[in-house]
Amino acid sequence: METIGRALVDAIRLLRELDPELVETVALTLQVTLGALIIALVSGIPIGAAVGLARRLPGRALIVPVIYTGMGLPPVTVGLFTYLLLSNQGPLGGLGWLFTPTGMITAQTFIAFPLVVGLTMTSVQGVDPDVRTQMIALGASNRQVALTILTEARIGVTAAVVAAYGSIISEVGAVMLVGGNIEGETRVLTTAIVLETRQGNFALALALGIVLLGIAFLTNFLFHRLQVRQGGP
Amino acid sequence: MTNAYELTGLRHRYGGRCVVDVPSMQVRTGEILALVGPSGAGKSTLLRLLNFLEAPTEGRLVYKGNEVGHDVPLDLRRKVVTVFQRPVLLRRSVAANVRIGGRIRGERHGGEKTDALLGRLGLAGFGHAPARTLSAGEAQRVALARALIVEPEVLLLDEPTSNLDPYNVGLIEDVVRSENHQRGTTVVVVTHDIFQARRIAQRSGLMMAGRIVELADTETFFTTPQRQETVAFLRGDLVDSGAYIPPPPKRRRRSRR
Repeated sequence: METIGRALVDAIRLLRELDPELVETVALTLQVTLGALIIALVSGIPIGAAVGLARRLPGRALIVPVIYTGMGLPPVTVGLFTYLLLSNQGPLGGLGWLFTPTGMITAQTFIAFPLVVGLTMTSVQGVDPDVRTQMIALGASNRQVALTILTEARIGVTAAVVAAYGSIISEVGAVMLVGGNIEGETRVLTTAIVLETRQGNFALALALGIVLLGIAFLTNFLFHRLQVRQGGP
Repeated sequence: MTNAYELTGLRHRYGGRCVVDVPSMQVRTGEILALVGPSGAGKSTLLRLLNFLEAPTEGRLVYKGNEVGHDVPLDLRRKVVTVFQRPVLLRRSVAANVRIGGRIRGERHGGEKTDALLGRLGLAGFGHAPARTLSAGEAQRVALARALIVEPEVLLLDEPTSNLDPYNVGLIEDVVRSENHQRGTTVVVVTHDIFQARRIAQRSGLMMAGRIVELADTETFFTTPQRQETVAFLRGDLVDSGAYIPPPPKRRRRSRR
């Protein structure tokens, strides 16, 4: 109990003083999270929509379970895979992304992408199938039909954004492996928490945890506001 | 009088079963044509063909000189709109739902037109309301406004007023009639309601088991029908519809659990 109390005090002090190390860690956390999120959304939403909308998709019986599996990938495995991909001996070793924020974004994108694809797909499939017929009967082109259905699915698509965001910002295994938790370079909130806990700085670790939770809550608060504006619950 | 549609030897099959079989039929430009008949007679399928949602399995469907098959050009498709029995409204405001047809056609404005149409349909002031909060009758009137705002050459109505109260039925019929009168819109309405056919249509037809049994001027159709089936149907006698009942879906192997 005492530890938690001290942690709270520490957290408030760190925030009030705008501790430079904390600011740097938060900034990198946001940079990696948003970077991976944007790439995952830009690539995942169209693919998820396409899979969800396709009436005849050869190999659907295989594609869908693959997507579902991807949604539950163990982050550490993704981290290991990305590590091997980016290591000097790996196929993408030449890029020099290992132990850089770019490498971390790569790993996080692999984690978030299937989530975005899968949840976009299911929310598109959840749209009243008569919307398609009605739009065609009103003279919509294929592209307009697809966009209308995707817009109808927007509450579900926002859920995909929330899920992807949550999985990225809270992820530790992959960024630890690929980033290496290098101070001032690749240290994000989650890896900093692991480090401080290992070193026995429970108060600081907890303080970082509180900051992480605060950021996650703030962002999700905004996402929810967005969902409500779209007519959601 | 010119024809909007000319159907010749038209057959349409679902899974080997013929659901529409019309050797010859014309829809005249600017008329209101009503098709009555029991459920499963193929009326809705015929409307789908007239809206180019499907290409007929056999025969010719000609719209104003253009033979229609697969891949109907967009500008041709946009001349015809359907109002379905169940109004499918988008999760947007009423006004946004009405405007969607114009948006599809690249029109960016249309606020005044939307308000005017909503007013004609007794929905003045509903523009900002979320469409999903409307009653069935209001929703169907929005669906009609959405179809009319694009000023289609042909308006297809698939059971537009079943399950609606007399007030809504009257309002919708009035607007359809005046649209036909003022703009010369060709209307094909499919209905269970023989009285509706009699109220609004210039010509009426009976469809049964995929075939047009009889098609005549509405007055003739109702007062001196020529066919036994029509007499029986108008009298309200039960008539075997020859309804198309789709075969049950093939059972997949069940997973053990």
